[in-house]
Order: sequence, then structure tokens, then C-alpha cells
Amino acid sequence: MITIDTPIKQFTKGILDELPLCMGVAPFGIIVGVMALHAGLNPLEGQMMSSIVFAGSAQFMVIRLIQDNTPALVIIVSTFIINLRHALYSASISQYLKGLSTSWKLLLSYLLTDEAYAVSILHFNKNAGSSNLHWHLLGSGLTLWLSWQISTAVGIFLGTQIPAEWGLDFTLPLVFIAIVIPSLKDRPSTLTAIAALILSLVFFQLPFKLGLILASFIAIAFGLWLERK
Amino acid sequence: MNIWLLWVILGLLTFLTRLSFIAIFDKVEPPRTLRRALHFVPIAVLTAIIGPEIFYRGDTLITDPLDPKLIAGLAAALVAYKTKNTLFTILIGMTVLLGLPYLLIVFGK
Repeated sequence: MITIDTPIKQFTKGILDELPLCMGVAPFGIIVGVMALHAGLNPLEGQMMSSIVFAGSAQFMVIRLIQDNTPALVIIVSTFIINLRHALYSASISQYLKGLSTSWKLLLSYLLTDEAYAVSILHFNKNAGSSNLHWHLLGSGLTLWLSWQISTAVGIFLGTQIPAEWGLDFTLPLVFIAIVIPSLKDRPSTLTAIAALILSLVFFQLPFKLGLILASFIAIAFGLWLERK
Repeated sequence: MNIWLLWVILGLLTFLTRLSFIAIFDKVEPPRTLRRALHFVPIAVLTAIIGPEIFYRGDTLITDPLDPKLIAGLAAALVAYKTKNTLFTILIGMTVLLGLPYLLIVFGK
């Protein structure tokens, strides 16, 4: 296999890897735009939420909480909890970003979404020795960022014209299925995924989406234990 | 609370969470067990996001095995397994999700 190692090649590969995911993320962004208006935010507030907060599932939840007149402190704590998984992403990707300048680390942290992380960590694990790996994350991150901003804007523009029964938000789990399934290459990985699936259903009713974090932690511990056996 | 102030707080919070270990592990070496645990992060977290999206409708666990969401999820998983193609997985999943209710009507379910 050819080693891809110039910045521009890594960057392009990042963009190309991310593009199919944008197909799945765009409907999600459109829905966020539509919902923002529904909740009584004005177009600018809705759009800036997508650029300042820039966290899909958290935005969903925040919009719903705003609609229900939830106190700001509860919104802040909920957002922190639902975003805790990003700390895991941060830890997992850190080994590939060592020694980068501060501005690189700040920029890549801002861009570290579920979808950018998902394709770049696959690429990093597969090409661990390559140079300029961080350019791949820049490519995937910027691509996702752009499609998130555009799709939010489309949602705000369309307003309420998209019926809920189209089920467009279903594209998000499909994107993650497409990422996870091919990465289940050995028994510990597969069993970890099965454990995470079952636990996520068991804990789903917990408040503030705590179930997601709890299910993830237990599944990871389970995977470690399987590997050690 | 002012909505702009809320955006800034939520944005900073999200950003700092993402920055956390990228900053910490730049100086400190993570323990070996933790490094191995991190290998399972994408699998565990992404699957835990998928679970309720497929198996719940609102706050209710779906129990009907012919529910379009379950069948569409299963179809997508099979396509992902066979083709490893993201675009194809999304297309088949959505086609099954939106097409199945009509099929079920036609076959008199």
C-alpha cells in the first residue's frame, strides 16, 4: 500500500472520508435548524448555536430544554454530561496529536465531533506510522463543520416545511452503523459492541442522557476484561 | 439567561471537553491499561448512541419485530458488514425505513 504522508494528501483523504458521512449528517442539521425556530429562537441565534456550540446531539437536547423553559444551569449540566464522551475521544486521539503546536490543538479540539473523530481515528489506527496525520482530522473536521453550518441554514430557511414522518433523523444511527460494523474485527470488539448496545437500552431512561456514558464505560471495561482473559 | 451568554458557555464547555486529554496527554503518558481501554472507545460510544435510536420510539422500547426501524437497522448493519460503504448503508437503511410500511400494507399486515 502507498503511504499517504504529505499534508495535502492527508487533508484530501480526510475530506473524502468524511463526505459520505455528510450525507447522513445533513438531514440532522436541517432538523436542528427547523427545531430551533420551533423553540422560539430567531434565525441568527439558531445559526450561531451551530457554530458556537457545534455539537449535534447536545444542540438537539438544548433546543428541547429551551422549549420547556428549563433553567440555564440544568441546560449547562446536561450539555456537559451528554458531551462527556468527547473527553473519551480526546483521550483516544491524543496519542496521534502529540507535539503539535497549541493553535493546532485548539483548532482540532474545536473540530472534534463524533463524525470527524469516527473517520479519523480509523485512519490513524490503520496508518499509525504516517506523518502529518493531523491534517486528516483537519480535513474531516472542516468538511463536517461546513456541512453542519450549511444544513442548519437550510433547516432555518425551510422552517416548518419538513414533516416529521419522513424520519430524516434516522440517518444518524445509520451513519454510526456504517462506521462501527466494519470495525468489529475480533471477538472482544464484537462483544463490546453487543454489551454497549444492550446497556444503552437498559439505561436509556436515566436522566440527562447519563445512560450513554454509563453504558459506554461498562462496555469499555468489559472489552478490557475480555482482552485480558 | 441571555441566549448569547448561554451559547458561549455551552460552546466553551464543549470545546474544553474535547481539548481535555489532548492537552493533558501531550505532557503526561497515559497508563498502559488506559491506553488499551481507549481502543474500545469508538466501538462502545458509537454503539451506545445507535442503540436507543433504533430500539426506542420516544420513551418506549420497540417490541414489534416487524417495526420498520428494527428492520431498517438490521438491513443497514448487513449492508455495512458486506460492503463497508457508508453511502450505501445510509441509502439502503432509509429505503427500508420509508418503504417497509407500504410493503406491509400491500401484504396485509
